[in-house]
Amino acid sequence: MNLSGISPVLLLASLMVASTPILLAALGELVAERSGVLNLGVEGMMITGAITGFAVAVATGSPWIGFVGAAAGGAALSLLFAVLVLWLRSNQVATGLALTLFGIGLAALVGQAYVGVRAPVFARLDLPVLGDLPILGPILFRHDAVVYLGLGLVAGVWWFLHRTRAGLRLRAVGENHDAAHALGYKVQLIRLGAVLFGGALAGLGGAYLSLVRVPQWTQGVTAGAGWIALAIVVFASWRPWRLLLGAWLFGGISVLQLNLQAARVPIPVEVLSMAPYVVTILVLVLISSGRGRAALAAPGSLGQPFHAAR
Amino acid sequence: MTEALLAVRGITKAYPGVVANSDVSFDISPASIHALLGENGAGKSTLVKAIYGLVRPDAGTMTLAGRPHAPASPREAREAGVAMVFQHFSLFDALSVAENIALGMENPPPLRDLSARIREVSQDYGLPLDPGRTVGDLSAGERQRVEIVRCLLQNPRLLIMDEPTSVLTPQEVAILFSTLRKLREGGTAILYISHKLEEIRALCEKATILRGGRVVATCDPRERSARQMAEMMVGGALRAPARAEVPVGEVVLAVERLSAPSPRLHGMPLRDVSFAVRAGEVLGIGGVAGNGQDELLLALSGEMRVAPGMVRLKGEDVGALSPSGRRMRGLLCAPEERNGHAAAADMTLTENAFMTARMRKGLTRGGGFVDWRGARAFATRIIETFDVRTPGPEVTARQLSGGNLQKFVIGREILQRPEVLVVNQPTWGGGCRCGGGDPAGAARSGRTGGRRRRRQPGSGRADGDQRPFRCPERGAAVPRPPRGGAERGGDRADAGWSARNGGRPCRLTVPPRPAPACSRSAPAGHGRGAGHDHP
Repeated sequence: MNLSGISPVLLLASLMVASTPILLAALGELVAERSGVLNLGVEGMMITGAITGFAVAVATGSPWIGFVGAAAGGAALSLLFAVLVLWLRSNQVATGLALTLFGIGLAALVGQAYVGVRAPVFARLDLPVLGDLPILGPILFRHDAVVYLGLGLVAGVWWFLHRTRAGLRLRAVGENHDAAHALGYKVQLIRLGAVLFGGALAGLGGAYLSLVRVPQWTQGVTAGAGWIALAIVVFASWRPWRLLLGAWLFGGISVLQLNLQAARVPIPVEVLSMAPYVVTILVLVLISSGRGRAALAAPGSLGQPFHAAR
Repeated sequence: MTEALLAVRGITKAYPGVVANSDVSFDISPASIHALLGENGAGKSTLVKAIYGLVRPDAGTMTLAGRPHAPASPREAREAGVAMVFQHFSLFDALSVAENIALGMENPPPLRDLSARIREVSQDYGLPLDPGRTVGDLSAGERQRVEIVRCLLQNPRLLIMDEPTSVLTPQEVAILFSTLRKLREGGTAILYISHKLEEIRALCEKATILRGGRVVATCDPRERSARQMAEMMVGGALRAPARAEVPVGEVVLAVERLSAPSPRLHGMPLRDVSFAVRAGEVLGIGGVAGNGQDELLLALSGEMRVAPGMVRLKGEDVGALSPSGRRMRGLLCAPEERNGHAAAADMTLTENAFMTARMRKGLTRGGGFVDWRGARAFATRIIETFDVRTPGPEVTARQLSGGNLQKFVIGREILQRPEVLVVNQPTWGGGCRCGGGDPAGAARSGRTGGRRRRRQPGSGRADGDQRPFRCPERGAAVPRPPRGGAERGGDRADAGWSARNGGRPCRLTVPPRPAPACSRSAPAGHGRGAGHDHP
């Protein structure tokens, strides 16, 4: 066992990278849940995004176009969910779980042709000057553009939800869809938009895994990241900035467990790889035990089907 | 007479199986307060939703200030100058006052400017509001102010108010009325929907009365008695229920210094509630909705456990028992929410009958199997005894109308011979006939109590509406304001009612005969001038 091999600077730097896929997916889910739709299919949308992004990037040779394709793939799967849940009023929980299973199967099918193929290299942005700063440089300024896109999106989503009229409407629809309908807002269309945004971001998160983190296609590449994303939305009490904190926390735990494995800590590898998921469960239990404090922040109409009488 | 502001001509709207509005025509004059009257289900809501663009009528036309009015959405209605204050469903608890108001406006200014305007307008009309507060923390009266201010900011020509006083204290009603009169002076027409006939007589110049989706009469409410209007609403003579004379026995249910936090979000904690119910007695629990009645009912039914000694049934401490344990000992409950709480909407009446009666009626067979034959027989007996209008016990609860399901769930408890029966809002949604002859009201449970004199069940009921406190009750526990001085109304009738009571009772009134103080609002023939001049 050799813990001195773990460098805090490198750990923090890789934390930024490791948290990006769950941050993206969770941010999308946060918007969908704020509109009142609980989409448990994040894992399925992520892995669909991972394979469509990978396939498009390989076909075009451009990782950027790959990311666009991933967003489209994730959004397409979420469109299926939206039609089922919003218009056919199927149960959101069951449909979301089915979407995960469907997405994993679909991705495996499409991905058969891509096993062993290398993805085009996604260049890191080495920011001049800033990147050369001691300590802060490697932690904050030597990442790829998608890391910064994720951070920018956190700010953007916060601004949208709390500073724009459309964001207020979206929150209103999630808070009380009957009241929003009575005021004349188009509940279904607003929710459709939120679900599609959630799907697109989940797709981006998935593609970040297959194009940057891994970077190749393997079956089950998301490995439960979608479930962690779902958990940190609750952890964050549906607030964007806390979501960033949650993503760093969970990203940090998964990086740490990799480092501990490399340092040959005498704990079985399986236990270490379980850690992020165990912590997810613990956090959810702790949050919900605090006299319904999580329930206090949950959107009022979350998970409820909407039926307008006309 | 000036030209009508809103002319409604031949509005018809049918839903599958029910005609909500049939050829409805009436006029609203500018700067007037026009009442729309009718029993529940008479089609009032559908009609105003058509005016507000939430429902598209199948036939008929409307004209607003000389121009055709056919709003496809509330937005168009608002643009045309129609605003509406809803009975429920229109505020967002988690959002601030200013955000709530912005959501109801077409082109809201930036929040900071809006907040300033909210302060200004709310002061002008005597409805003080803090734009930064979260709506979930406001009282019912304050929440309504939010809705009214939201409408006022748009300078409406026509303001629709759907049952605006049902959740208000008498003091808040007085403020609301002066606001409405001020608005009328300013040239706004108001369409006022209510059950409370005395309010309409005090406020409105004209009333349109609906029954079964049709206009059955138009009158000047100032020239009619509440009783006359009530009879126009129901289309027949009203008879008041008689009080059953039953000897009062021992204390069966005693609540002592009951305090408990609310298990619900934005709920009201119970603070130091004490009362006792004797066998053969009906005790009324009064108060404006949302002041701890629901929590009290949960504490009594066993859905919320309370500390030892707070709830006693025949001397036995039942505070820690589950609902089943309490049922076994004879404490039965019929909750307010019929579908989803008192009954499972998608299960049959037989199944619903089984669920609460399995122990007291012995509906399980060895090893926990359901005695379906017995359950069906019990459900059939409820249907027959309580005149539940349904094809049979295999119908799902959802298929019953509100009033019929209410008869079923209350009958189910009464036939189990309770020691104590707790009923929450028994006449809610039952229309104005409920107490008058419908077995759903507490009147019937009292009478049944009389019939079963041997057992003499005591019965407690909670009622937020100020109306049905009449005959059978022998006492009424009334919540009291949290801080010292009770805001008592000036007039005698209000003496028992107080404003914000915060889950605390103020006193136990002993026999408020001939009628408790609460019948002031005299709805649909239950108050003075209606029920009481009746033999």
